[in-house]
Amino acid sequence: MNREKRYVMVVDTRLCVGCKACVLACKAENNTPDGYCRDWIVEDIWGLFPNLRAEIRSERCNHCSNAPCVDACPTGASHKVDGGIVLVDHDLCTGCKACIASCPYDARYVHPDGYVDKCTFCAHRVADGKTTACVAICPTKTLHFGDANDPQSEVAQLLASRRHKVLHPETGCEPNLYFLT
Amino acid sequence: MLPTLLEHTTTRINAEIDPALHIWGWEIAVYLFLGGLVAGLLILSSLLLWKPREQTPSRILQFAPLLALVLLSLGMGALFLDLAYKLHVFRFYTAFRPTSPMSWGAWILVLIYPVAALSGLLALGPDARAWLLKKLPLAKVLAWAERKRQALLGATLAGGVGLGIYTGLLLGTLTARIQWNTAVLGPLFLTSGLSSGAAFLLLFKLDEVDRHRLVRWDMLALVVEAVLIAAMLLGFANAGAAGQLAADALLGGAWTASFWSLVVVMGIAVPLLLEGIEIKKHLPLVAVTPTLVLLGGLALRAVLLAAGQDSGFRMLP
Amino acid sequence: MAMQRREFIKITGMTALGVAAASSVVLPKASQAAVDPGTDGDHTVATFCELCFWKCGVLAHVKDGKVTKIVGNPDHPLSRGALCPRGTGGTGLLYDPDRLKKPMIRVGERGQQKFKEVEWGEALDFVAAKLKDIAAKHGPESVAMFAHGFGGSFFKHLLNAYGSDNVGAPSYAQCRGAREVGFQLTFGSALGSPEVIDLENSRAIALIGSHLGENMHNTQVQEFAKAIERGAQLIVVDPRFSTAAGKARHWLPIRPGTDLALLLAWIHVMLNEGLYDRDYVEKYAVGLEQLKAHVADKTPEWASLETGLEAAQIVDSIRVLAGARPAALLHPGRHTAWYGDDAQRARAMAIVNALLGSYGRRGGIYYPTKLGVPKYPGIPDYGHKFKPAPDRPKGKAFPFADESLAHGLRDASIPGTAEYDIKAWLVYGTNLMQALPEPKKTIEAIQHLDLLVAIDVLPAEIVGYADVVLPEATYLERWDDVVVTPYKEQYIAVRQAAVKPLYDSKPGWWIAKELANRMGLAAFFPWNDAAEMVKARLTAGKFDVESVLKKGVALGARKPVFIEDGAPAVFATPSKKIELFSQQLADAGLDPLPKYTPPEEPGPGQFRLLMGRTPTHTFGRTTNNRFLSEIYSENELWLNAQVARELGLENGAQVRVVNQDGVKSTALRLKATQRIRHDCVFMVHGYGHSAAGLNFAKGRGADDAALVTRTKVDPLFGGTGMSVNFVAVERV
Repeated sequence: MNREKRYVMVVDTRLCVGCKACVLACKAENNTPDGYCRDWIVEDIWGLFPNLRAEIRSERCNHCSNAPCVDACPTGASHKVDGGIVLVDHDLCTGCKACIASCPYDARYVHPDGYVDKCTFCAHRVADGKTTACVAICPTKTLHFGDANDPQSEVAQLLASRRHKVLHPETGCEPNLYFLT
Repeated sequence: MLPTLLEHTTTRINAEIDPALHIWGWEIAVYLFLGGLVAGLLILSSLLLWKPREQTPSRILQFAPLLALVLLSLGMGALFLDLAYKLHVFRFYTAFRPTSPMSWGAWILVLIYPVAALSGLLALGPDARAWLLKKLPLAKVLAWAERKRQALLGATLAGGVGLGIYTGLLLGTLTARIQWNTAVLGPLFLTSGLSSGAAFLLLFKLDEVDRHRLVRWDMLALVVEAVLIAAMLLGFANAGAAGQLAADALLGGAWTASFWSLVVVMGIAVPLLLEGIEIKKHLPLVAVTPTLVLLGGLALRAVLLAAGQDSGFRMLP
Repeated sequence: MAMQRREFIKITGMTALGVAAASSVVLPKASQAAVDPGTDGDHTVATFCELCFWKCGVLAHVKDGKVTKIVGNPDHPLSRGALCPRGTGGTGLLYDPDRLKKPMIRVGERGQQKFKEVEWGEALDFVAAKLKDIAAKHGPESVAMFAHGFGGSFFKHLLNAYGSDNVGAPSYAQCRGAREVGFQLTFGSALGSPEVIDLENSRAIALIGSHLGENMHNTQVQEFAKAIERGAQLIVVDPRFSTAAGKARHWLPIRPGTDLALLLAWIHVMLNEGLYDRDYVEKYAVGLEQLKAHVADKTPEWASLETGLEAAQIVDSIRVLAGARPAALLHPGRHTAWYGDDAQRARAMAIVNALLGSYGRRGGIYYPTKLGVPKYPGIPDYGHKFKPAPDRPKGKAFPFADESLAHGLRDASIPGTAEYDIKAWLVYGTNLMQALPEPKKTIEAIQHLDLLVAIDVLPAEIVGYADVVLPEATYLERWDDVVVTPYKEQYIAVRQAAVKPLYDSKPGWWIAKELANRMGLAAFFPWNDAAEMVKARLTAGKFDVESVLKKGVALGARKPVFIEDGAPAVFATPSKKIELFSQQLADAGLDPLPKYTPPEEPGPGQFRLLMGRTPTHTFGRTTNNRFLSEIYSENELWLNAQVARELGLENGAQVRVVNQDGVKSTALRLKATQRIRHDCVFMVHGYGHSAAGLNFAKGRGADDAALVTRTKVDPLFGGTGMSVNFVAVERV
């Protein structure tokens, strides 16, 4: 059967210790300039001492199915490729920053070279059949990457069996970064 | 129910993104302001020149459309300055992306140039035309334009309206910014553009009828602007947590002081009052009122631009 | 609603512009492939990490002679392909612009950090001559070495050949020593590193003051997460709502210093409610009756008053832990030098594990196994008996210390205070100014030395006090010895140079060998370089050298490590049993069962100073690493938010702390948080550097070690309890 792929990342917040290995592995893999990151760790704490609850999330571009950045881009630089991965074509980008403003997750930034940059789901690795750098490094197996449209995939099974959420579903962007809770 | 979120930390420290989004500075504020002003100038000059006049219009009216193009070029210059990848500016014109207001804007701007330039020729009085024809072989063009006068003025008017709304939509479609997530922004920027256009013309010598008309139009625009701002705030009040956040910035947050003092009081209320007095008492308050209106228009863009960038979803639970 | 609005605006936009949505035109079309950032190496080198001391296997990607990135080695049992954040940061060390670049000899006063750069020959001649002179005058045992890091093994070898075995690592008396002593006394065996615990199969795990997840020992955190994924229950005892506490079923925010009260109450409940492995205890343990009597009055209600915890939570938490026995683990911890009764606390923790029946069991503590590799084949015997270390004050006995006390060797440098004087220090890769308590005493001791040699990669504070500075190559630029680790799986691993040493730095082997040559000890360094030595060892051990070097690791056959799988239940105590009651301690005149002493209370306006880790750093060693500092570049002072409000301090304020002896810290940022008790403050260790050469780390955050002006000494082994200092917080 020839179905369209939908790459997603599944983040198990129960396992994540917020060690930031994903952040640094991404920086090393993608040669991200100093002072910038494509993924990051958020820690949320609810409550008052001693009744506290914590959630740690490894966040990045959501590669939204209904991506506002792609819509906002005047030149076609922000675009979708196979599996729904959202990429920025450096050659087409004017650095107008409309995409940055359009992203509810603030996942993008201007690369010092002028173009807008962000997580690529390591598309260059995925094309080689490898997983993303952040997934590969993760010591707690918090991160999972794969094709949600393939029912046999780990991500599809996790989403089928575990309680999960996305961030800001109210934006209607249909994000593809899922958080197991 | 979730207990209150008390502590939120992130490792992300991307420049211009964190801790608060700040990707657009004065360049875009100026661009939006000049865009609105140009829109206003094009609309008003088209309306004022709609019917051919027997008397030569005042000098500023003759040159208004061409002046608008100069201002538009300045605005585009500001936009250009903001681009992070300036060498790729031509990429705006190797694509048309109907979902992207930025793309629409880029194309509207280039479409406006020929239309407004032709209107500009029409607006010129006999002396100016004669002078121009001596310098440039435009006789045929001018004749053609005269034949299409209504159509050209109509197109200029439409272009102005499009440009005015576009400057608002540019921000308004960026719904990730809660502050901009309001349908009012397009009409608000258009109205503000009209009022700025009127104010700009009022800075110059006009004949009494035009002047009177423009003052009245400006007053009307200012009132509509005030109503739209009220509508925007009311809209926020009815939009849950996100609206609360959007309203907070203007009603009790970082941007409250500048918004109320510069935009509402100095940019709308005081000029309205002064123009009211001017109309009633026939007092010539030449430069002060229009200057305030123009500064108010610039402040409106600057404040909403800054407050809006600062109002991301990250602030919501 | 927002979605509709977005659509609405889009539609209004279109209509207002008076154009029906046209289809998108993009010329040229955007590229369908992502740009390859090109960080894959043209080859990879399998080696192991030294950003901390866990020794995870890594693959260094090398391209055009530069290390482009470092990833986990999937064949290595400690990394299993994954790495902690520091592992990736090896490039930040290798390419640190502040590295020591040339040998240096001191020209100013000690500590003035004034040096002249010299050639290796001159530096080595100087050191060798000085060492020979010291041996002649004071005996070779008057030379001590302080070390942290695997590369130190060659210098230990050199020192042993020279005639001294006085090697002190702050990782013992200032860190994990208490735990080793407590478990050794109880089970007859220490836990080592990696700790011989089978976290991944635990059904319930209790942590006491151990903050796994912030403390990023790769394999252990991997297993910790795996246990959580498998539904293990977690109990976290910590005054701070640590990362681990955020995942716990029970978080016990204990009053600092009262852990032993909690442990005794837990034992009380276990014995009272029969929540222990009767057969196991009957078969393998001695002293149950004495233990029962000892804890008879240590009720949860009693402990509640001491610990500030609710009695019900004390009971519930131990029921959860004990309910999973024997696949239940009270984690022994690692940094355990807290309150001076630390070895006894570790004893109590060992006793809990004994009652759980977890020693030798799956999901508990396993019997490690290791591969045999001949040590330095063909090297002559050292040929001398080493004098016992003068690592304690004259006449003072710490009967259960089984490693040298680093602070004791320091103190022995102050003439006349120990059995004999230490006259020279070799300091390898350990910044004694931050690693030892009472830094003033360290400075005083240094003033009495005839020689201080620092072998290091970066100009840490201690380097500034050296007479001679020898710049070592980083772990990515050198070969080291073969590592043979007792672990669940048998394996050996090699460290191989990925790139050539930068600047004029040299591998540790080369430095040690060159010194040996100059000191008449050449016979002990018969190989030209460490690579030759490693190959000789591997060949002698009958390993396939090529395969080991390719994979970086060689695995041995699986051996049973749990009693249920056939591992023999051995307890190397005098009784050959688990000693709940310790006759050894009784014979030494010490408490044979752990006794609780209430801790000192902080005075008004004072807070107990606690310290810990952040996942991206290995204390002061990595704080100059710019790559790692992208995440965390300065430490913060955690203070309870309510207390902060009362003190008029807002989150993010610049503050400093002042300890009971008036020592002031440098400024650091306040983290006013719900995540910590009201009676203590917390900071990450390793900040507040002052060394002039640490251009990045210098002046960032505050140094907790400087505030440790007093310690409580453990009577069992001489460890220095350091969480006994109190500080006030003030705005800068």
